[in-house]
Amino acid sequence: MRKRILAGLLAFLILMMLQSTLAVGAQEEQPTDDEVNAIAKKLYCPVCENTPLDVCGTQACIDWRAEIRLKLSEGWSEDQIIQYFVEQHGAQVLPEPPAEGFNLLVYILPVAIFLVGVWILVKASRTWRKPAEEQFAAPQVERDPYMERMEEQLRRRQEDA
Amino acid sequence: MIADIGYISLIIALFTALYSAVAAVYGARRDEPRFIESARHAMLLTWPLLSLSTVALVWLLVDGQFQIQYVASVTSNSMPTYLKITALWGGQEGSLLFWAWLMSAFAFAVSVRKWDRDREFLPWVVFVAMVTLLFFLSLIVFFENPFRRLWMTSLGEQVTSMLQPAGTMPLIPADGRGLNPLLRHPGMIIHPPMLYLGFVSFVIPYAFAIAALITGRSDDRWIRITRRWTLVAWLFLSLGLVLGARWAYDVLGWGGYWGWDPVEIAAFMPWLTGTAFLHSVMVQEKRGMFKQWNVILIVLTYILVILGTFLTRSGVLSSVHAFAQSAIGPMFFVFIGIMFIGSGTLLISRWNDLRGENEIPSWFSREVLFLLNNFLFIVIAAVCLLGVLFPIASELFTGMKVTVGPPWYERITAPLWIALLILMGIAPLSAYGRHSARALGRSIWVPLSLSLVVPIILAVRGMRNFAAYAGAWSLAFVVAVTLYEFWRAARARQRRHSENILRSLLNLFRRNRRRYGGYVIHLGVVLMAMGIIGIEMFQSETQATLAVGESLNMDRYSLRYDSLTQFQVPGRQQVTRAVVSVFQDGKFVGELYPRQDFFPDAQQSMTIPGLRSMMDADLYVLLVGWESIGLEAATFKVYLNPLVNFLWLGAVVFILGTAIAAWPEKDEEFLPRKTAARMAAAGI
Repeated sequence: MRKRILAGLLAFLILMMLQSTLAVGAQEEQPTDDEVNAIAKKLYCPVCENTPLDVCGTQACIDWRAEIRLKLSEGWSEDQIIQYFVEQHGAQVLPEPPAEGFNLLVYILPVAIFLVGVWILVKASRTWRKPAEEQFAAPQVERDPYMERMEEQLRRRQEDA
Repeated sequence: MIADIGYISLIIALFTALYSAVAAVYGARRDEPRFIESARHAMLLTWPLLSLSTVALVWLLVDGQFQIQYVASVTSNSMPTYLKITALWGGQEGSLLFWAWLMSAFAFAVSVRKWDRDREFLPWVVFVAMVTLLFFLSLIVFFENPFRRLWMTSLGEQVTSMLQPAGTMPLIPADGRGLNPLLRHPGMIIHPPMLYLGFVSFVIPYAFAIAALITGRSDDRWIRITRRWTLVAWLFLSLGLVLGARWAYDVLGWGGYWGWDPVEIAAFMPWLTGTAFLHSVMVQEKRGMFKQWNVILIVLTYILVILGTFLTRSGVLSSVHAFAQSAIGPMFFVFIGIMFIGSGTLLISRWNDLRGENEIPSWFSREVLFLLNNFLFIVIAAVCLLGVLFPIASELFTGMKVTVGPPWYERITAPLWIALLILMGIAPLSAYGRHSARALGRSIWVPLSLSLVVPIILAVRGMRNFAAYAGAWSLAFVVAVTLYEFWRAARARQRRHSENILRSLLNLFRRNRRRYGGYVIHLGVVLMAMGIIGIEMFQSETQATLAVGESLNMDRYSLRYDSLTQFQVPGRQQVTRAVVSVFQDGKFVGELYPRQDFFPDAQQSMTIPGLRSMMDADLYVLLVGWESIGLEAATFKVYLNPLVNFLWLGAVVFILGTAIAAWPEKDEEFLPRKTAARMAAAGI
């Protein structure tokens, strides 16, 4: 029994030592500020709206950057860290809404706007040809070049400065 | 006493505006010129009244009358006088009053113009201007009165009211909370007034458009009258946007100038529709087309101006709940709805009168290219509106808050911007009317082949970035076309009038300010686009914590951290300032002083970059943090922003071009005399 306890203790000690050396190893490879910022750039401050996490100066954001650093040193990948923040603080930390459900609209609507615009343009360009044709059919008033010149000069004169 | 004077004149202005609007409609309906004239006089009166009110508020701000709640909330004893004056637009109540005051000033200016030929417009212009003013004045008087005083109840509760409530004592704080430190910047002194001037001056062309609709005038008179108003409005709005960008670059400390923030977009949307309007009115003037479209554009611009003010003032952007709590949010909502439905109904009732006088003669005519330009601007504006409103809709319908950030805007609008750039290149080469593809092709080949030189040079110099090629080529194309146009026109003039080429160029500007001013604006846009491409595609950044004497490397630069000092500006902010030596290719080129200012009154700090500005790139150094004991180590964030100065240079050229286009035509003054002389010569 005592042997077992000793063996257990020894195993525990070895494990502890291993872990601490592992931790030291990880500490030696501390993530750089640039690595932290590269991820923080892709996240938005949940407190101050519309500010990327890498440039936000509030205490909350400083803490969140520290959290990213910690996760990085623990070997988390970028996607895991981003996913973690989304779970913690909601989808608003992402720079764009996730493309699912209602939020799909934000990706579909711009295309729809563009297509509706094209459709309106095409429709309108057809009607623009009509009045001219009607005008063509209407009896043309004989134009007096003198009167035309007078009108033109009057018009220019009356233009606002 | 001063507050009472300000408040009373505010109320009188409210009733004056109300009377003016009613009298104008009554006079127009009953055909009673006396009432119309009286309405005009009342409109004139709103400006001095609101000036009195504004001066009263400025007086209170400068004098530090902290019993006035607004004064206590935006100023403090330590602020210099000029900042106390700018605190007028530093908070909600004051900025609404400022808006109303500018509106009344524009109403004043428009009412003293010569109305002889456009009598029928007058009552309706007065009506629209006064309804808009009335709306803002009622917001101020009933919800956001800047003259409210602070009172203390016997229970120690703080209340605000104009008159002393029973059982209270006046509450006079010893000091105010002070202006938001971010707003204590020279850029902020002129940025908001410029934006507001731009906003407010768009009301005038809108008022004339509505007047034209109501009176049934389907010609381009309203456009000709408001041409200069529109250009001035656009000039101010552009200036406001550019100054805002520069302020962000200098003060916000994130290495950028534009973050697709809803507040920025709120000011950008009317600029987009306004730009479309500026282009398409030319087609109506020249060819009598796009009449319905121009009305739609100016209505949209007006609505977006009000919406922009609404978005930034109602709190709706931060959360739907803030909107529900603010009293002015729903008011804005209703007003925008009324103006939208009213304008829409009017437009539909006149739809058939506003049909174009000409057909579209060719798909390569300038008319069509302008139409495409309009289409692109409107799509971009619609995308912006979607981006701003979507988070609100998402929160409303799904309860989920989302961010619609820069990547979304950039991805969706980038192709549209490139298309606009290319269009900007082609359009000046086209002509009105029957312009065939072949004619366009003939004029295009010279600038097109010139522009291809640029990507070739870039390729030879070893650049490997397709998007940058596309950008550089389209910019080169626009420059080539614009310079080619100048050259062609100047040469033609030179031959005709046998002047030297410089004189011809000068005369071109004098003869057709709007056209050639417009081309200068295009060149400005190209320079700005260069800056934007530079910083968006090639910005690099790094961050490191350095001990004193250590260096970090960034591209060709090396930065050495020399020292850090902390000091207190007496009575104001606490400054932490680093000294950083900059070496370029190993050679010392200068020192930078990035710093952080902490404002104890507002409990806020501000990161001010150390900036080494050169035409090829800006070295932008931020002091991000430091060791509080001993100041031995500090963290720096360094950005290298290539070509960003072309953005600012381009902005200057842009504004210059707008000023050329908007400058009053001298020739017009002499026109009557010349015409008279011509008539005499013709024997009339």
